[in-house]
Amino acid sequence: MAKATSAAKTATPKGSKKNKKLTLMIIPFVILVFLFSYFPLHGWIYAFYDYKPPLPLSKCEFVGLQWFKMLFGNKTQVAQMIQVMKNTFAMSLLGIATSMLPLFFAILLNEIKCKWFKTMVQTLTTLPNFISWVMVYSVAFCLFSNTGMVNTLLQNLGWISEPIKFLDSDSHTWLTMLLWNTWKGLGWGAIMYLASITGIDQEQYEAARVDGANRFQLMLHITFPALLPTYFVMLMLSVANFLNNGMDQYFVFQNSFNKAHIQVLDLYVYNIGMTGSSLSLATAISMLKSVVSVVLLFVVNFVSKKTRGESII
Amino acid sequence: MKEKVVFKEKKKPLSASDKVFNVFNYLLFGLLTLICLYPFYYLIINTISANDLSANGLITLIPKGIHFENYKQVLQLSGLSTAALISVARTVLGTGLTVLASAFLGFMFTQEKMWGRSFWYRVIVITMYFNAGLIPMFITMKTLHLNNTFWVYILPAIVQPYNIILVKTYVESIPKALQEAAEIDGAGTFKIFYKIILPACTPILATVAIFAAVAQWNSFQDTLIYITDQKLYSLQYLLYTYINQASSLATMVKNSTGGALNMAAIATQQTPTSIRMTVSVIVVLPILFIYPLFQRFFVKGIMIGSVKG
Repeated sequence: MAKATSAAKTATPKGSKKNKKLTLMIIPFVILVFLFSYFPLHGWIYAFYDYKPPLPLSKCEFVGLQWFKMLFGNKTQVAQMIQVMKNTFAMSLLGIATSMLPLFFAILLNEIKCKWFKTMVQTLTTLPNFISWVMVYSVAFCLFSNTGMVNTLLQNLGWISEPIKFLDSDSHTWLTMLLWNTWKGLGWGAIMYLASITGIDQEQYEAARVDGANRFQLMLHITFPALLPTYFVMLMLSVANFLNNGMDQYFVFQNSFNKAHIQVLDLYVYNIGMTGSSLSLATAISMLKSVVSVVLLFVVNFVSKKTRGESII
Repeated sequence: MKEKVVFKEKKKPLSASDKVFNVFNYLLFGLLTLICLYPFYYLIINTISANDLSANGLITLIPKGIHFENYKQVLQLSGLSTAALISVARTVLGTGLTVLASAFLGFMFTQEKMWGRSFWYRVIVITMYFNAGLIPMFITMKTLHLNNTFWVYILPAIVQPYNIILVKTYVESIPKALQEAAEIDGAGTFKIFYKIILPACTPILATVAIFAAVAQWNSFQDTLIYITDQKLYSLQYLLYTYINQASSLATMVKNSTGGALNMAAIATQQTPTSIRMTVSVIVVLPILFIYPLFQRFFVKGIMIGSVKG
């Protein structure tokens, strides 16, 4: 095989004829992509049927747009969707509202001159990014459950008599989710900014120092603006992913108490599709979600092109 | 003139506001680091401390009554060793195949001679931006008879557009002359790939490998959705079930160790909490060990990634 291709290559003058053998070599991978990325799209037709799992699709009733109409017409369904959308928007908006934190983290960490301390902080704060959400939940459980460390400690100190329900309650669910998200992602989010900081031209700082700028002015007028382009890209990406909160985090923290405020779109699709067995309705919702997401991505990309002259995809 | 000023600047003692800021800054990052590190430390010291002290919340800073009974007993839990095997297998195999595929495709897409190169490249890369959704994926796996098989962990993860972009960008930075020289010597595409490209790409492949390995090791959703056969549970999923079935766990251990209780001191008796924590440590330990070794590669990886968006 290798010999054959090399022969073909030497036989064809550069650029005149394209090599089809090279294309053949990547076909196995193209098949994988087709099977796991394109072929699943056929599943969208289930959104137009009343699919009842043991039966094959051919025996199920074709219902047209019934599920889509139900999403916007049926009262209880609409109420449920509004709550789910509220949660989705809340989590995404809170995420965007705190998206500057990694940037500040990087700027402040850059001000630390002690090298080993800086490296240690960077290493240890990125660590939570590499553990799974199940693990995060396990940590949360060990620290904050009724028999967890915090409650036991507070009870031993005599500050509380009844354990505080951190996990089995619906108070401040959005905030708690945001905090766990920040715990997991802050250090990792800062890495990119820290790397960009090392690329800033040192002469800028020196020139500013000569002009009498102090350290805070340097941070504010040189470092901060230099990081803004990177920040803008990250912001655009999070806008494009507005509906994609993912489900892992919300799934593991979900329980019967906080369900109303923790069900984001991805989790809702799982809950009604896999456990509630409304497969067709779930498919209809995730189909709408995919379409809206792709549209969002193009809009964001268009905005990015117009304002910065660079596309993000 | 300029150098002089800079020199003077460096010698200047810190101003009061600078000092306050420094103290505040070190404290802030000390605290943040502690918040990230302490939970893991807490888990570890509690799994090796006397279980009765641990259950009363007396172990917060230093381990007391050190013993390793927890690990011995948890490792006997039915299902744990199978799950560990599954997790290790999917991590090793999945990572290996992802790295190979990313390297090969990343390299192939730099070959201008390839027929329809940019078309195929787009066909693959565009899949980053859409997905069919949960239920269609579930139906697909069923149609392909992949649900309840080990391959559901491996096959869908092999081709990853983002990794291909990373490698492609990297290969483009390798001097073309290297490949051309090999071609003149009569080397074929595969030979060029494994003799020249693979060795030259080691840094970026290390990045891809670590991302893929962490993703495989941490993956939990695929077990949840596609797997009902307990023999195929991953460690993450097992941990999740352990967290949720509190007290039945302790009985499980008692039964599996044949009432070792009578002789064992109360200090080493298993509690649901001790089991949960021990399994958690077992699940997180590989990450804790491997991660610092590979940290420098992440930075390189995301920087190359950010060039391409």
